This record gives sequence, C-alpha cells and structure tokens, in this order.
Amino acid sequence: MFKIIDKYKLASKTHYVLIEAPIISAKAQPGQFVIVRIHQQGERIPLTIADFERNQGTIALVFQEVGKTTQLLASLRKGDYLLDVLGPQGNPTEIALYGKVILVGGGIGVAAVFPIARALKEKGNVVTAIIGYRSKEYVFWEEKMRLVTDQLFITTNDGSYGQKGFVTDILKTLIAEDYKPSVIFAIGPAVMMKAVAELTRPYNIKTIVSLNSLMVCAMGMCGACRVEVGGKTYFTCMDGPDFDGHQVNFDLLIKRLDTYREEECYCCKK
Amino acid sequence: MEIKKKAVPMRQQPVVERIKNFNEVPLGYNEQEAIEEASRCLQCAKKPCVEGCPVHIDIPSFIKALRQKEFQKAIDIIHENDSLPCMTGRVCPQEEQCQAVCVMKKMGDPISIGRLERFLADWDLANRKKQKTAVLISVPKKNKKVAVVGSGPAGLTCAAELAKMGYEVTVFEGYHKLGGVLVYGIPEFRLPKAIVQAEIEKLAELGVNFVTNALIGRALTIEDLFKEGFQAIFIGAGAGLPNFMGIPGENLGGIYSANEFLTRVNLMQAYKFPEYDTPVKRGKFVAVIGGGNVAMDSARTALRLGAEHVYLIYRRSETEMPARQEEIERAKEEGIDFCLLTNPIRYLGNDSGMVRQVECIKMKLGEPDASGRRSPIPIAGSEFLLDVDEVIVAIGNTPNPIISRTTPGLKVKKKGEIEADENGQTSLAGVFAGGDVVTGAATVITAMGAGRKAAKAIDLYLNSKK
Ligand SMILES: Cc1cc2nc3c(=O)[nH]c(=O)nc-3n(C[C@H](O)[C@H](O)[C@H](O)COP(=O)(O)OP(=O)(O)OC[C@H]3O[C@@H](n4cnc5c(N)ncnc54)[C@H](O)[C@@H]3O)c2cc1C
Ligand SMILES: Cc1cc2nc3c(=O)[nH]c(=O)nc-3n(C[C@H](O)[C@H](O)[C@H](O)COP(=O)(O)OP(=O)(O)OC[C@H]3O[C@@H](n4cnc5c(N)ncnc54)[C@H](O)[C@@H]3O)c2cc1C
Repeated sequence: MFKIIDKYKLASKTHYVLIEAPIISAKAQPGQFVIVRIHQQGERIPLTIADFERNQGTIALVFQEVGKTTQLLASLRKGDYLLDVLGPQGNPTEIALYGKVILVGGGIGVAAVFPIARALKEKGNVVTAIIGYRSKEYVFWEEKMRLVTDQLFITTNDGSYGQKGFVTDILKTLIAEDYKPSVIFAIGPAVMMKAVAELTRPYNIKTIVSLNSLMVCAMGMCGACRVEVGGKTYFTCMDGPDFDGHQVNFDLLIKRLDTYREEECYCCKK
Repeated sequence: MEIKKKAVPMRQQPVVERIKNFNEVPLGYNEQEAIEEASRCLQCAKKPCVEGCPVHIDIPSFIKALRQKEFQKAIDIIHENDSLPCMTGRVCPQEEQCQAVCVMKKMGDPISIGRLERFLADWDLANRKKQKTAVLISVPKKNKKVAVVGSGPAGLTCAAELAKMGYEVTVFEGYHKLGGVLVYGIPEFRLPKAIVQAEIEKLAELGVNFVTNALIGRALTIEDLFKEGFQAIFIGAGAGLPNFMGIPGENLGGIYSANEFLTRVNLMQAYKFPEYDTPVKRGKFVAVIGGGNVAMDSARTALRLGAEHVYLIYRRSETEMPARQEEIERAKEEGIDFCLLTNPIRYLGNDSGMVRQVECIKMKLGEPDASGRRSPIPIAGSEFLLDVDEVIVAIGNTPNPIISRTTPGLKVKKKGEIEADENGQTSLAGVFAGGDVVTGAATVITAMGAGRKAAKAIDLYLNSKK
C-alpha cells in the first residue's frame, strides 16, 4: 500500500498527487513512469513520474481525468492509500550536455517535461520550453517550468492565456528565426508529437518523443504497448518510452489508443 | 488379481454448459473412484513411472497408501518431491511422463496417476482448511537471508524448500499478484485461482515473505539485493516475453499476444468486465495461432468470452502439436476448429485499424528439423482468407531481458535464457536460476524440480561460505 501524502487540483480535470514510495523515489529518473492500481477490481495504468524527492522518499504524479481509473484516482484524498505502485518503469530520458535544447509539452505532457527540463538545465544546457494547453483553465505548472528553463513560451488553443494557437506555431517561428536546437523533446498527445516530428523532419533536428501507448503489464511480458519505430516493432515499456520521433508510426499509435473506445465508454457510464 | 483395463473415467462439466462459464472442467475423483482407480495399479517391481516423473515422486507407494485409505500418508509421500501437487495433478503432461511408461499401458489404459495425485492434493487442501491450524514445522532459524525473484512454480518451490531448511526467504514478484503463469496464464477453468492462493498461503505460514510490485532490474537490481543483506539469490523469472511472427498487419487492433489476452482475462479478470475495470475484446470470429497449451487455453478462453467460431491455426499436423493430449481433446469437444498445416502470412484491417481478415497459406511437412519434428513448408498458390475480428498469437515466449540487461556478468544464451548448471548455479557467485528462465518455456513440474535442486545447491553454497 502506498500512502497519499498530498493531493490537490492543479487545473481543470488535472490533479497532483504526492505518494510515499521510497524505493521508487530512490531510483526514479526523468522520463520514467509508474504503474498504478487503485482497488482490487482495478486496472493497471501508467503515469509518468512528474517529480521525485529522494530524501523525502516521495514521487509526484500529475494526471488528467479521462476515464474510469483516472476519475477514481481523482476522488482519492490525502491520507488514502494506493493499492499498487510499480516502478520506476521504462528507460530514463538521455540527459546530456547537448547545448541548446527545446522541450515541447502539450497538456498533461507538461508534467512529464518538467523533470527532464530540470535535469537538462542542471547539466548546463540552454533550455527553451514551449508548453501548450487547451485553454486557460487547463494551465498548470507555469511557474515551476519557469524555474527550470531559460526561455518559456505558453500557448492555448483558444487564446484565453498566453499566445493563441498550437505549440508547433511557436516552434515553427523559432526554427524560422534560425534558433536551431541540438535536440527537441516532445511529450503530449500523439497528434501533437506527430506534428512536432513532421515539423522538424525537414530540418533534420533530432526529435525525441515519449510514447503513451496502452499498457497492461509494463514489464515486457504482454506486448499491449507495442509500437512501430523505423518499421520494426518495439515494446514501449521495455524499449521506450522515448523514441526517435522521425521513425515512429504515429498513425498506428493513434489507432491502437482507440482500441477500447467502446468498452471505455461503457465502463464510464456504469 | 483381476486386471482392470479401463481407467475410471473422471466426471467433467458437460460441453454445452462449460463453454459458457469459467469453472473448472474436470471435476476430480471422489474417494470411491480414486480407490477404485488406485486398485488397478499392479505395484510392479520396475516402477517405470518413478523414472518417468521429472521429480521422481514415489508413485507406487502413494498409490498403495491411497488404496489403503491412508490419505495423509499418501500425500506426505508426494510432498517429499512435489510441494504443489494441486497444480501438477491438474496440469502436468502425465501422458508424456509417468503415465507414458506405465506397465498397464501395454494391457489397456495406464493408471491415471495425475487424477490420483489431484484427488490427494484436494483432500489435503480441504483437510487443511478444516483444521485451520497450519502444521508449523519448527526448524532452527539459520539467520541467513535468501532472495527469490519471481513467484511462479520455480520460485515458490525454491522458497518453500529454503524456508523449511530455516532460511529467511523473501520472494520478489513484479506483478501485483503472486503465482506466475499459474495465475496470469493458465485459465481458471483449468486451474482454479483459489487453489493457487491456498498454496501461497501455505508458504506464508512457513514464514516466507512476499513483496509484490517489485520488478528486479528496475527499482532493485540483483546487486542491490546483495547490498540489502541477501546472501544468495534464486532467479525464477520465467519466460514471459511473447514472440510475434513479424508478418504484415500484426500490430492491428484486436491482435493480441496470448500473454496479453490471458493476462487481461486471468490476472485482471477482464471476463468480469465491467465489474472489473480491465477490458478485453470479445471477438465473434477468433483465430488463435499456435499448437501448444497456450494456444489451447487461448482458444477455449475466447470461446467462453462468447466467440461464435474459433479457428486454431497450426502450421504442422496434430501429431506434432506440443499441447497436452487431454487439452487437445477438450478443445475439440468444445468445437474449436483445427486448421492444421496452415500458417498466417498477413493480417488485413479496417479503417480504424482493427483486424478483419487473416490471410493463410497451406503447408506440407518436409524433413525433420532441429527439434526432431518434421518442418512445415508452404505450398505455393494455396493462400486463402478467413474473416476474423480477433487474433491471438501463441507461438512461444522467451525470457524477459530485464534481469540480464541489468546484471553485469550474468551469462545468457542466444534467446536470453540464463546459463545455469543442473543445480542452478549461474555464472555469478551466489546467484542461482531455474525454471523457464533457464530452459525457455517448459512445464510446471520441470520448473518446480529446478527450484528444488537450486534450494539444495543454495544450502550447500551458504554452508560452505560461513
Ligand atoms: C508511459 C506513459 C505515461 C503516461 N503518463 C501520464 C501522465 O503522467 N499523466 C496522465 O494523465 N496520463 C498519462 N498517461 C496516460 C494514462 O495512462 C491514461 O490516461 C490512463 O490510462 C487512462 O485511464 P482511464 O481508465 O482513466 O481511461 P480509459 O477509460 O482507459 O480511457 C479514456 C480515454 O483515454 C485514452 N487513453 C487511455 N489510455 C491512454 C494512454 N495510455 N495514453 C493516451 N490516452 C489514453 C483512451 O483512448 C480514451 O480515449 C501515460 C501513458 C503512458 C503509456
Ligand atoms: C497459458 C499457459 C498454459 C500452460 N499450460 C501448462 C500445462 O498445462 N502444463 C504445464 O506443465 N505447463 C504449462 N505451461 C507452462 C508453465 O506454466 C511454465 O513452464 C511454468 O509456469 C514456469 O515456471 P517458472 O516459475 O519458471 O516461471 P513463471 O511461472 O513464468 O513465473 C515467473 C514469475 O516471475 C515474475 N518475474 C519476471 N521477471 C521478474 C523480475 N525481473 N522481477 C520480479 N519478478 C519477475 C513474473 O511476473 C512471474 O510471476 C503453460 C504456460 C502458459 C503460459
């Protein structure tokens, strides 16, 4: 059982939860995730480790209410317990001295971008981040992101906060203005990561994406999370979640994310 | 003595009923049936069955005790070599092992050794429940810690043996639930999960500690375990990485590895969706690829989830099928459509990326290959299409690379199997391994045998270390 030390709402449908998990915290690195199961009949869902505090023995998760399990998680309170937390899973993001880097975060993906930005900044990189949300009510962690970046851009789709438009609009401008980073890290909805990869492809800018495929075991034993990268099949949980964005078959990823649409609708209505 | 050629049949759930539920299919012998079957045993001097058994259970002796109604004595004899008879009695391929060499086979049916074993194990379980108090063997504690990685039959057996010797044993399991394939792979209708649970509780009573959600190689490595004070480690991590064929369309929605399909249904209880949260596709026209136990389990599970038609597509003929004879028969009884000498070559999907058809090719058998089985050769021009809305690929598993990738110095073979000698000793001092992680996908009984041998080797190792 894993104790919830703190839990609050960050933005519309978006929640922060701080969990006591010393063993996970001790090994956690940017880019890794945990598997969470809330109750005896529950499913296993992957959530990125958004922050970790080694000397406190805690990890922080940020999640969006999209279906049954995330809604249930949203209903838990400080002092409650999570039944199962497995992690840290997945390979850490490669943190190195790249020089100039751009991080692109879309929606809930901003939470996953944060620890990577912090680590890259600590390494001495010049860190630019572009974070985008649907609208003002979804914005979270702006200040936190500002602390770990040299330059921060914010967009909302409807223009209710920051610049109106998509993260790719800003990225396009930066590249057009000849701001060429050594590497771009993009984390967010699959369509966003696809758009970023398409944008950077002609410029040959290395683009790392973190794939959010459906998962069951997350230990390399089921293959639910398989993705195609460079024409070959990989398991996101074992070989990822970071992959070369220019090689990823995003259309397949997007379709596979929809596999259980009918069942999910049914489950939520219950 | 009169020789009874026919085995006492075991009652089963009728086909029409069982294909609609997940309850166990064979119902087991009652006392009278068991004694009757046991009395067929000739108690021959040669005892070929003992040799046929991978863990050399003294079969004639337990049968003798059984027919004298000394059930406790009989089960004690089994327990000397097999700590999980509830499971082996149900899932061992007896027809290839103890029963294959039974003298009675020359005159009629071999003795139904597996059924007798199951009878005694179930009797023992019921009895234990009634007594409520565990038979606590008090052994002097050794004050030495041993870690067991994985809670399948290999790990559980090794843990039990070490605990009985007085070691302080902790089992680390990646999943949230203990039992390995017994829990996530083999379906309820073949191995009720309550039985696995009861066996695990027995181990907890022996003092074994269990830690779930502990995938060794991530949060803790083998090295970390030594640092934590464990003096020896047994790796029984199984062979859980599913193989795919690598043919076009294999990543379409609705195409599962057998491991994913069975994990959803068994471990996550997706057959009770939406009472349980994990969904699984309930295909109407399902193709299962493969011919082993895993394929049979997948096909019969799909049927129970409501499939109208289940094809079992296997590239060789029935003779080469690695599945247990009994399971092949039950699958046939239940109406699984065996498409033999047939192989899938690609999958076709609809606009939303869900599988809709599988293209197959007919095969013929050529010369024997490395496995000794005749190798299948495609027949050009014999391609045909089957309409399907779900596919389950059951063509084998290999060990998960997570431990070998994170344990410097641990030698593995080409397909990732950990190198170990017959006592489980690996290339690293203090690290032992056994079960599927060493042999590749095999059987419950061989995994248990390996766990037991490794426990002895660990005891020797720790005694010599001092
Ligand atoms: C490595 C990894 C890291 C992730 N990190 C986070 C995170 O930090 N915060 C967070 O909020 N979410 C994260 N996700 C996504 C999260 O796992 C899903 O949102 C969650 O499983 C949905 O469960 P549910 O029962 O609430 O919704 P469901 O009822 O299962 O699904 C509802 C809707 O969400 C979509 N969905 C389901 N699973 C995913 C998924 N894996 N990715 C994208 N969409 C999905 C479905 O297609 C459906 O439209 C991550 C996924 C992966 C693979
Ligand atoms: C569907 C199916 C049907 C079968 N039917 C039969 C049958 O009828 N008869 C028969 O004899 N055999 C059968 N088998 C084979 C048999 O189940 C296996 O040979 C046996 O379970 C192997 O035991 P094991 O202990 O080596 O591994 P497993 O049972 O695979 O257990 C390994 C455990 O280790 C865990 N693990 C893996 N990696 C780690 C890690 N890094 N850290 C912590 N834990 C880890 C896994 O989660 C798993 O729980 C079947 C197998 C399947 C899949």
